[in-house]
Amino acid sequence: MKRRSWQEYQKEIADDHYYYARSCIRQNFFPGSEKAFIDILTNDLGKDLLDDPKHSSCTGIGYHSDIVPLETIMTVVARQFSLMNEAGYENFVTSCITSFGIYTEILATWHEFPETEEKTRENLFKATGREFRKPANVAHTSDVMFHFRDEIAARAKHRLVNAVTGEPLRVVEHIGCHYAKIFPKSGIGGSEFPYVLAGMIESWGGEVVDYPERRHCCGFGFRNYLVQANRGYSIANSHKKLESMAPYKPDFIVANCPGCAMFLDKWQYAIAEMEGTTYGQNGHGIPVLTYEEMAGLVLGYDPWALGIQMHQVDVEPLLDKMGIEYDPAAKYLGRNGKYIGKPESAVVNCCPTDTIYDIRE
Amino acid sequence: MKKRIIVIGGGVAGMQTALRLAEQGIEPVIVEKEPELGGKLRGWHVLFPTFTPAEQVLTDLRRRINERGIEVMTSTEVVGLEPRSVALADGRRLTCDSVVLASGSTLFDASIKEEYGYGIYDNVFTSADLERMFNEGRVAKADGSAPRRIAFLHCVGSRDEKVCQQHCSKVCCVTGVKQAMEMKRLFPEADVFNFYMDIRMFGPGYEELYREAQQSYNIHFVRGRISEASPTLEGRVQIKAEDTLTGRPLRMSVDMLVLLIGMRANDDNARLADGAGLQRARSGFMAPRDLFLGNVASNVDGIFYAGTVTAPKTIGESLNEATAAADAAVRYVEA
Repeated sequence: MKRRSWQEYQKEIADDHYYYARSCIRQNFFPGSEKAFIDILTNDLGKDLLDDPKHSSCTGIGYHSDIVPLETIMTVVARQFSLMNEAGYENFVTSCITSFGIYTEILATWHEFPETEEKTRENLFKATGREFRKPANVAHTSDVMFHFRDEIAARAKHRLVNAVTGEPLRVVEHIGCHYAKIFPKSGIGGSEFPYVLAGMIESWGGEVVDYPERRHCCGFGFRNYLVQANRGYSIANSHKKLESMAPYKPDFIVANCPGCAMFLDKWQYAIAEMEGTTYGQNGHGIPVLTYEEMAGLVLGYDPWALGIQMHQVDVEPLLDKMGIEYDPAAKYLGRNGKYIGKPESAVVNCCPTDTIYDIRE
Repeated sequence: MKKRIIVIGGGVAGMQTALRLAEQGIEPVIVEKEPELGGKLRGWHVLFPTFTPAEQVLTDLRRRINERGIEVMTSTEVVGLEPRSVALADGRRLTCDSVVLASGSTLFDASIKEEYGYGIYDNVFTSADLERMFNEGRVAKADGSAPRRIAFLHCVGSRDEKVCQQHCSKVCCVTGVKQAMEMKRLFPEADVFNFYMDIRMFGPGYEELYREAQQSYNIHFVRGRISEASPTLEGRVQIKAEDTLTGRPLRMSVDMLVLLIGMRANDDNARLADGAGLQRARSGFMAPRDLFLGNVASNVDGIFYAGTVTAPKTIGESLNEATAAADAAVRYVEA
């Protein structure tokens, strides 16, 4: 793949001292990912990061659903910056792609229309008595992981290669639309040939799959999913991507957006149940990881501690390929060995195919 | 003693300007940055709408330049100009009585439109690549096989605010029709599609050519821009577009995607303009003094324009304008 153009899209990513803004939804979807990010940065790489319980949702989902007005979200964002100032940090890292898009968009809006920044300062002061300084640096957490990809590679316990054949694993990378499609310059590699995940994959031994619908949206798109009547549109988008990538026989999919990782995973279940179609090489689904989970597996973290048992599509075939040892009996044991429940068997996972039914009947 | 006029640029406009000046007893000097005369036309195969070989036009102009003994300085770059002198990159300064700027334009770099994958996917080409392939007598996919389906995309780097090129490049529409017909002649079994937003057939014989392409060559014209190109497993290029006449999205795989690249202002126009006090249009091209009564004159007395340095033009228009620019320069030096 002759991806030269990504080198023209670089951005400054701080080396240390991060103010961490969590996502509203990721801890439900992938409960171990944000913790893995904090652990990797602080324990493995020795960086300073503040996980501040005071910060709130950026209200991005409400904003994109037309229930949170622009002035309100600007004020909320200003409050996050104020909290960061108060804690003595100036490098803002956000775990959610939507939030990253929001912060980028609002900073750009304040730059282009300074009167909106003034109005926001006024609103924040009226509402909370706070003032704020803009961050020196805003990055998505996948940017930070990309920034340290070589350091992670140097500490790797496992590589993204097939442990038996030695061949690189074939990885589909999917970038959330709000990472670079709003402001291409704000993403590593721009919007057409994003390199943030591809860079990690290549550094850790894998091979990036370039397939025709690589740029296509996963279908989350807020309105597509939040409005129940539109969900057919959402699944149609994921379906289009899965159909397009399947001939390339990917070993797994990695995404940097809460919605993308969730929908590319969960819609595989829905498609398998509705049509009996699965896209993995083993007759089941294609495992979907977050980039923190991918980094965690490379660094030798326990798969269950990373929370990958919460995924819809079983990840064990990938663990086997990478030669990662795991305890199958511990899969559904949560913290302190507490049983967390086991999902019903499904076509997309390792279960008999006679569970397929036709939704039309 | 003969008056001396320096012509900057040795493309068709520069050559024709020099010839016209020489006919009127002026001593022209052509300064060309490339190793030989000919400009963009050197890379072209045949010219619309008559399919006249570009080489035929160039050969005739070069022969006449030689016959008249016109001084030509090749591989010589101009870094600044004034009405009475031209500064060269090697530090020399040539004196003269007037200057005609015929430095042409630049082909749009298609790799800037990243969504089309030019320079990344093997079977994405530009219209200039295709002309070179026609000249080399080898038109084929990257693996050497014959294409079965070919798509042309109009307006790449033209009428596109996203790449700061708002102007129409004028000649690409008819070039697309011409090249589609040439491809159909080479590959009669192939399906050829042209994706356009407007088809601007402004010149004599162009509309007829467009009709012939549809009626006699069965070339398909789809009103809609391609949104993106992607590689397929078989090495083809998948394209997505919207057919805006039927209002339906469209996806197809093609063997070759040809991007009809536009003309943009030269990068050094800004430096030359700043140094000489010349005005430029918003597009970056040089701005003539007046679009009606002074379209070959600049806003600076003694500096004149010919060819695509002021806007995209056809070869015929550039040749005509060169004659007008030469005449205006002669009137200036003899006044």
